[in-house]
Amino acid sequence: MDAVPTDRDLVAIGLLQDPVRRALYGHVVATGAEVSRNQAAEAVGVARSLAAFHLDKLVEAGLLEVSFRRLGERRGPGAGRPAKLYRRAAGEVAATFPPRTYETAAHLLAETVEQAGADLELQAAARRAGSEAGRGVRPGPPGPDPSIEQVLAARGYEPYADGDALRLRNCPFAGLSAEFPVLVCAMNLRLIEGLLEGIGDAPGRAVLDPARGRCCVAVL
Amino acid sequence: MAAEHLAQVNIATLRAPLDGPELAGFVAELEPINALADASPGFVWRLQTEDGDATAIRPYDDDRIMVNLSVWESFETLRGFVYSTRHLEVMGHRRAWFSRMADPFLALWWVPAGTIPTVAEARRRLELLARQGPGPDAFTFRAPFPRSARR
Repeated sequence: MDAVPTDRDLVAIGLLQDPVRRALYGHVVATGAEVSRNQAAEAVGVARSLAAFHLDKLVEAGLLEVSFRRLGERRGPGAGRPAKLYRRAAGEVAATFPPRTYETAAHLLAETVEQAGADLELQAAARRAGSEAGRGVRPGPPGPDPSIEQVLAARGYEPYADGDALRLRNCPFAGLSAEFPVLVCAMNLRLIEGLLEGIGDAPGRAVLDPARGRCCVAVL
Repeated sequence: MAAEHLAQVNIATLRAPLDGPELAGFVAELEPINALADASPGFVWRLQTEDGDATAIRPYDDDRIMVNLSVWESFETLRGFVYSTRHLEVMGHRRAWFSRMADPFLALWWVPAGTIPTVAEARRRLELLARQGPGPDAFTFRAPFPRSARR
C-alpha cells in the first residue's frame, strides 16, 4: 500500500458518501456472499435499475467484485442470461492524512518478534491490551455491559451468528496474519480473550477455529 | 496426479524432557494432530516410529532436537493443514515447549511423487536453506518456489 493515498483510494472513499451506495455496500458486505441486483435493491429499498447503477460504480472503484452465474436450475438454451453477482473486493482501500504506513511497521515488528521467538510475550501483551480495551467500553453501573458481538463489531471484525457460535467475517489483521499466521492468530485470540474478560464475560469463549475467508477466532 | 510432491521438514528443540510436566500439553496433542494430518486432504506420508510419531527420532548431536518430516501432494494442501486447522492453535504454544532456533527450522522442497525423503536428506535441505536462503531446492512458506522452478 502506498503511503500517499492514490486517486483510486480517494475516489472509492468519496463514493461511499452517497447514502444509497453506502447502504448497498453495507448489504453486500454483511451478506458475506454473492448478491444479485434484485437482492441488493430489495434489501436497500431502491429500484433495481438504481441499485444496478450504484453497484457498478462500486465495482469501478474497486470496492466490489463481480461474477456471472446462472441462478436458476435450468441449463442450456432458454435458461436465460447469467446473473451479475456482487461481492466484496479482496483489496483494501485506505487513506490517512498525513500519510502513515503502519503496515510497514507492523511487518517489521512481527518479523522481529518471530525472529526473537517472543510469541508468549506478544500473547501476554495482547491479552492485557484486550482486557484494558474491554474495561474501557463498559459504561459502569447502572448501564448494561456491551455484548462481545457489539465490541467486536465496533472493532471491525464483522461478527455473525453461525448456529451457537459467533464467527467473524473480517480479519482486521489480514495482510499480517497471512504472512505470520501462528504469531498473529495467537495474538488475535489473546486479544479477544482479553476483550471478553474486560467486559466481564468468560475469556474461554474465544477459540481458534481457522478457515479460509474469515477471521480465525470464533466465540462459542 | 502431479509428478512432484512437496516434502517438508521442521526441527524443534525441546525446552524440557518429553515426559515432564512442561511438555504434557504437547504430548497430549501428538495423537490427535497426527490423526488430523493423516486424514487431511493432500497428505501423503509422514516419518514415524512404531509409536505412531517421530518424537523418538533424534538425528542431531543435540538430542533435544526433534524432527518432523512429511510429504504432501501440493503446497496448498500442506499450507491448509498447517495454518487452517486446529494445528494452528497448537502451534501458538510453540514457545512454551520449544526453544527459539537461530538457524532455519523449516524447509520445503519438491520430490518425485512416490519417493520418500530420508532424515539425512532433510538435514541437508535445512543446511542449504541456512547457507543460501530460499531457493528452488529449499524454500519456506513465506518464500515458496513452484515445481517448474526446480530445473
